[in-house]
Amino acid sequence: MSGYSDPGFDTLALHAGAAPDPATGARALPIYLTTSFVFESSNHAQSLFNLERAGHVYSRISNPTNAVLEQRISALEGGIGAIAVASGQAALHLSIATLMGAGSHIVASTALYGGSQNLLHYTLRRFGIDTTFVKPNDIDGWRAAVRPNTRLFFGETVGNPGLDVLDIPTVSAIAHEAGVPLLVDSTLTTPWLMKPFEHGADLVYHSATKFLSGHGTVIGGLVVDGGSFDWDASGRFPELSQPYDGFHSMVFSEESTVGAFLLRARREGLRDFGAALSPHSAWLILQGMETLPLRMARHMSNTQKVVEFLASQPFVARVGHPMLSAHPCHALAQKLLPRGAGSVFSFDLKGTREQGKAFVEGLKLFSHLANVGDCRSLVIHPASTTHFRMDDAALAAGGITQGTIRLSIGLEDPDDLIDDLKRALKAAEKVA
Amino acid sequence: MIYTVNGAPTYCYTGGKAFDAAQPTAIFIHGVLNDHSVWILQTRYLAHHGWNVLAVDLPGHCRSGGEPPSSVEAAADFVLALMDAAGLEKATLIGHSFGALIALEATSRAPSRVSQLVLVGIAFPMRVSPVLLEASVNAPMKALEMVNVFSRSTLAPPPSALGPGTWVYGASMALGRRVIASNAKINVFYTGFKACDSYQNGLQAMARVTCPVLFVLGKVDQMTPPKAAQALIELASDAQLVYLPGGHHQMTETPEEMLAALIGFLTKREMA
Repeated sequence: MSGYSDPGFDTLALHAGAAPDPATGARALPIYLTTSFVFESSNHAQSLFNLERAGHVYSRISNPTNAVLEQRISALEGGIGAIAVASGQAALHLSIATLMGAGSHIVASTALYGGSQNLLHYTLRRFGIDTTFVKPNDIDGWRAAVRPNTRLFFGETVGNPGLDVLDIPTVSAIAHEAGVPLLVDSTLTTPWLMKPFEHGADLVYHSATKFLSGHGTVIGGLVVDGGSFDWDASGRFPELSQPYDGFHSMVFSEESTVGAFLLRARREGLRDFGAALSPHSAWLILQGMETLPLRMARHMSNTQKVVEFLASQPFVARVGHPMLSAHPCHALAQKLLPRGAGSVFSFDLKGTREQGKAFVEGLKLFSHLANVGDCRSLVIHPASTTHFRMDDAALAAGGITQGTIRLSIGLEDPDDLIDDLKRALKAAEKVA
Repeated sequence: MIYTVNGAPTYCYTGGKAFDAAQPTAIFIHGVLNDHSVWILQTRYLAHHGWNVLAVDLPGHCRSGGEPPSSVEAAADFVLALMDAAGLEKATLIGHSFGALIALEATSRAPSRVSQLVLVGIAFPMRVSPVLLEASVNAPMKALEMVNVFSRSTLAPPPSALGPGTWVYGASMALGRRVIASNAKINVFYTGFKACDSYQNGLQAMARVTCPVLFVLGKVDQMTPPKAAQALIELASDAQLVYLPGGHHQMTETPEEMLAALIGFLTKREMA
């Protein structure tokens, strides 16, 4: 039974990392909008720079408000610590840049957010980091893709756009056999639906822009270390297990048996790449995280009702949610995601691109925009927006048709959402 | 730094500094489910402020080979052998929990070789409940969780060993898992707890200690409550006592206060 010393998830979502402000008694977390922090003495300054004492120096490296956010996500994920950064993409970049350089190789799932796919397929190749893409459930493919210079396995807990559930226990086992860690993007599931560390992942990151903040008000990212990967034993990570001239000749894996990744990511990555999160943004994300359990429960109950409604509509060809037995990942989702596989999913209209557009324009409550994970329900028609340059063949390869619609189910009254969808379906059917 | 002690490689973290024979040396001894890394903030500071530091991984733990000590007495002999291997005639011993018992016993066995003794989170007797001992064998992950829950004193720890953003509870859980996994042959969790539970010689050992002693105790420590150290405190001939505002993770949950206690004691004594 949980108690103060062994708090449950909902308690941690409210209290982890934060206490009443000792200086003022303020119950809510203060926003420390300051670039820098006064040293007590020259000796104190030197000790902080040399990691002899823990504290804040400059808000690009750390900030008290951000530190609460970092502790809170670590507590919810079951990690050892975290780093807050400017966006989810910054979290992915920081993770990769901490672990490898030119000449390295990544094995990644094909089912990725477009920005992540772009980073790996185009941008990182310009910097000498190559990626082999593997379908998330092609287990032999993960194993076969490993090269001597592989440094990382990477996938999403539920992948874009088909909600392919990543078999984290199996894929992480293959990664560990190869001596590399598994990094997962857990944005769409949040720790309320799944804690990837419990299944074998080593590093987790979030676009906190989405469900963690939950209100569509802020851009931010978080990378969390599970403290499980043995960088020394792997032998593939001299960045962490050999002296680093760029930081006091420190051997990060000697300094911390379980936290070498975080040490280097903060001391090198935030210092040199500088993708820091504003304390104000950190505060907004924390405001959202306080109600994460309540919101996720409602997201999931609403999603179930909407999915069931859409699956019963004759003008709907397919609903791509793992809660349905026809979904190829249904069994795996039940095992790894017993609370549900998230509230972002796509479905196909039996129609043309024009009918897809008419459907979106017929909606009143759903907002037509390029985001997910808001408390408000959202919609987008990929063929006419995010994927508009693709022809039918390219769309098909990505699991998208002219009639594919992506929804992000919010917190409204579910009957109102279904009513809105009914109206839009009728509008689309009328377009010949 | 790797020394060969009793024929086995023994790892000691040195705080990023080379050994300087002109400086005093402090040996840091960790507790059960820990290794050298729990002392990082304190050792790194002292290493850059006039001290040699040797934060050891006990035999059979993490980076050190050899057999895990099955008793406090065996571990104390190991510490004295480490001093021999490092060429140290004299050193300050600093121990936490199980490590504090080891430091106490080592001091009692060679009083003239220990210049100062720091006992962090100590209790005597250091009884371990039969339920926890049994769980350390049959359900070590559950037992690890129990230990860390009892060691926690706050949901809002200050910046710690990994800097701001460290979740001390999670870090202790991960380190415990790593320590257990580091020895495939012997359950170092059970062995360490059994050694604590079996140790009988605490009062006699303290009676033989001649050097100054610092007790550092967590006010809300549920693993080794301050009252459980009172018998030792009363026996110490030259004792200083500091209470920290935390629990059993003194080095990582209250790192600044821990460091201040060390500096206050070591600097004053060293200068005297």
